[in-house]
Amino acid sequence: MTARILGSLLLRDAVVARRDIVGIMIRTMLQPLLFTFVFGKLLISMGMFPKAYATMIIPGIAGLSLTTSAIWAVAMPLIADFGFTKEIEDRLLAPVPIEVIAIEKLFAGILQGAMTAMVVLPLARLIIGPIPGLTLQKLPLLVLMIVLSGGVFSALGLFLGTAMQPQHISLMMQIIFAPMIMFGCTYYPWRGLDHFPVLKYLVLINPLVYVSEGLRAALTPTVPHMPMPVIFAALIAITSLLLWLGMRGFRKRSIS
Amino acid sequence: MRTEIHISALRKQYGAVTALDGLDLDVGEGELFGLLGPNGAGKTTTVGILTTRVRATSGEAIVAGKNVITEPVAARAQIGVVPQQPNPDLQLTVRENLVFHATYHGIPRAEASRRADALLERLGIADKGGAKAQTLSGGQKQRMMIARALTHEPRVLFLDEPTVGLDPQGRHGVWEILNDLRKQGRTIVMTTHYMEEADQLCDRVAIMDKGKLLALDRPAALRAQAPGETIIDVTLDRPFDGELPALNGITRAEVRGPVLRAYAPSPATGIPAILGFAESRGYTVRDIHLSRPSLETLFISLTGRKLA
Ligand SMILES: Nc1ncnc2c1ncn2[C@@H]1O[C@H](COP(=O)(O)OP(=O)(O)OP(=O)(O)O)[C@@H](O)[C@H]1O
Ligand SMILES: [Mg+2]
Repeated sequence: MTARILGSLLLRDAVVARRDIVGIMIRTMLQPLLFTFVFGKLLISMGMFPKAYATMIIPGIAGLSLTTSAIWAVAMPLIADFGFTKEIEDRLLAPVPIEVIAIEKLFAGILQGAMTAMVVLPLARLIIGPIPGLTLQKLPLLVLMIVLSGGVFSALGLFLGTAMQPQHISLMMQIIFAPMIMFGCTYYPWRGLDHFPVLKYLVLINPLVYVSEGLRAALTPTVPHMPMPVIFAALIAITSLLLWLGMRGFRKRSIS
Repeated sequence: MRTEIHISALRKQYGAVTALDGLDLDVGEGELFGLLGPNGAGKTTTVGILTTRVRATSGEAIVAGKNVITEPVAARAQIGVVPQQPNPDLQLTVRENLVFHATYHGIPRAEASRRADALLERLGIADKGGAKAQTLSGGQKQRMMIARALTHEPRVLFLDEPTVGLDPQGRHGVWEILNDLRKQGRTIVMTTHYMEEADQLCDRVAIMDKGKLLALDRPAALRAQAPGETIIDVTLDRPFDGELPALNGITRAEVRGPVLRAYAPSPATGIPAILGFAESRGYTVRDIHLSRPSLETLFISLTGRKLA
C-alpha cells in the first residue's frame, strides 16, 4: 500500500514536471551549456585555453546541472508549499507516515537530476566536439555517482526547502550557491588547488567537490581525482547529516 | 448512537498561547456536528488535532476508532478534510486534483477516475473538470475541495468554515451538499462562526470559546437555554421623553432615543402592553420588531461578547 501511494506521489510530480519541462530545462541546463560553449568551445578555439580544458570541465558541467536540477526539484516546491500555497497539505493527509512524503521528494530529485545529466552530457559533447579522455567505459560507477550526487543534493534541497522562507530564495542563491559552484571543483580539479592549501581543505565541506571529483573518476579517469573511498565516505556522511536535518525540518513544518 | 469521535481533556499550547484548554467532546456516528465559536476560539486547532495535522499537548482524541495521536496513519485513512484555507493543487486540473487525491489513499487509478467523475457531477462542477483550480470562483472551489475530500469515501468528514467568503447562493449550495451527505449517514464535523448556519444545519452544536466548551446540545435545546425573553423593539414617531413605569407583561424596558426596547416573557402579553403604553402617552408607533431567544442571545450570555 505504502509503495503504491509512493508511486502515485511520484506520478504527480512527474505530471507537474512534464508541464514545466521548458522552465526546468532553462533553469538547470542553460547556464551549464552556455559555460560549455564559451569555455569548452570558444576560448579553446581562440587558443586561450588548451584543448585538455574541455576534458577538465565536462564532468563538472554534468555535475553542476545534475545537482542544480535535484536541489531545485526538492527545495522550490517545498518552499512554496509550506510558505504559501499549502498544496502539500493534501499529500500530508495520505495514510502513510509523513516521512514517506519527504522521501518521495528525494526520489523525485534524484530522478530529475539523473535525467538532466543524461541530456546535458550528450549536448555538451555535441557542442565541444570530440573530447580527449572522455569515456563511458565506467558505466556502473557513473550510474552510482549520478544517484549519489542526486541524493546528496536532494537532501540539501529538503533541508533548505524546509528551513527557508520564500523571501530568502534570492539571498540563498547569492550566499550559498554562488560560492558552492565556484568552489565546487566543477571548472577545475581538486588537485588544482594544491597551490592554495587553505582553500584546498576548506572546500571539503562543499558536497559539490565530491560530486565533481566522483564524476571525473567515472567520465574522465585520466584526469587526477580524489580516491573513490574518500568520495563515497564523504558523500554518505554529508547526505546522512543533511537527511537528518531535512527530515527534522520537514516534520516541524508538517505538524504544528 | 455509536461514538465516532471522542475527545477528552484535550489541550494545545502554542508557546504561551493556550489554544485548547481541556476540551471534552463526543460526536455520534452519522451526526452533522457543529463547532461554533468566535475568532481564536480553538476551532481550527481542534480540527487540526483530529485530522493529525496538529500535535496535541496532552489529552486523548479518537476518530473512527483510531487514536489520532498514537496511530495517525490509520486515522488518516478514515478522514476527509476541507481546510479553512482552500489548498487545491494549483499545478493540476480540478479533475486531476480529485484523481490524485484518491490515489494518495491507495485507490487504483481507474477507480479513482470513476469516482472523480461521479463526484464532479454530483457537486455540480462537472464542466470544470479540465480547468485549473485557480480559475474557479469561491463557491466552485469550495465544491471542489468537498469533492476531493470525498474521493476516498472517508467515514468522517471535517469542514473548517466551509461557507466563509461565499455569497448567499454559494452558502446555500454548500448547505445542500452537507444535508445530502448527512442523509447518507456520514459523520460530519464542521466549524462555523455563523449562528444561523449552526442552527439550521447541525444536529448538535458545541459552543466554544478560549479553548473551552461552553455549551453542547441540539440547536433547539440550546435556544431554549437562552435567557428567556423575547426582545420587542418599538420605534416611535419621535424620541421618547420621560420615565418608563413598570408595565404588566413586561420584565423590563429601556429607552434608546425613539426606540422602546421591552423584554417580555412572551410576545402575546408584551406587545399589547408596550403598544398600549406608547399610545396612551400620545406617540405614534412607526415600527415594531421582535427578536426571539436565539443561539446568539445564548452566546452573548455565555461569553459576554458577540460572535462575529
Ligand atoms: N500555529 C500557531 N502558532 C501559534 N498560535 C496559534 C497557531 N495556530 C493557532 N494559534 C492560536 O491558537 C488560538 C486558537 O486558534 P484557532 O485557529 O484554533 O482558532 P479558530 O477558532 O479556528 O479561529 P478562527 O475563527 O479565526 O479561524 C488562537 O489564539 C491562535 O492565535
Ligand atoms: Mg479557524
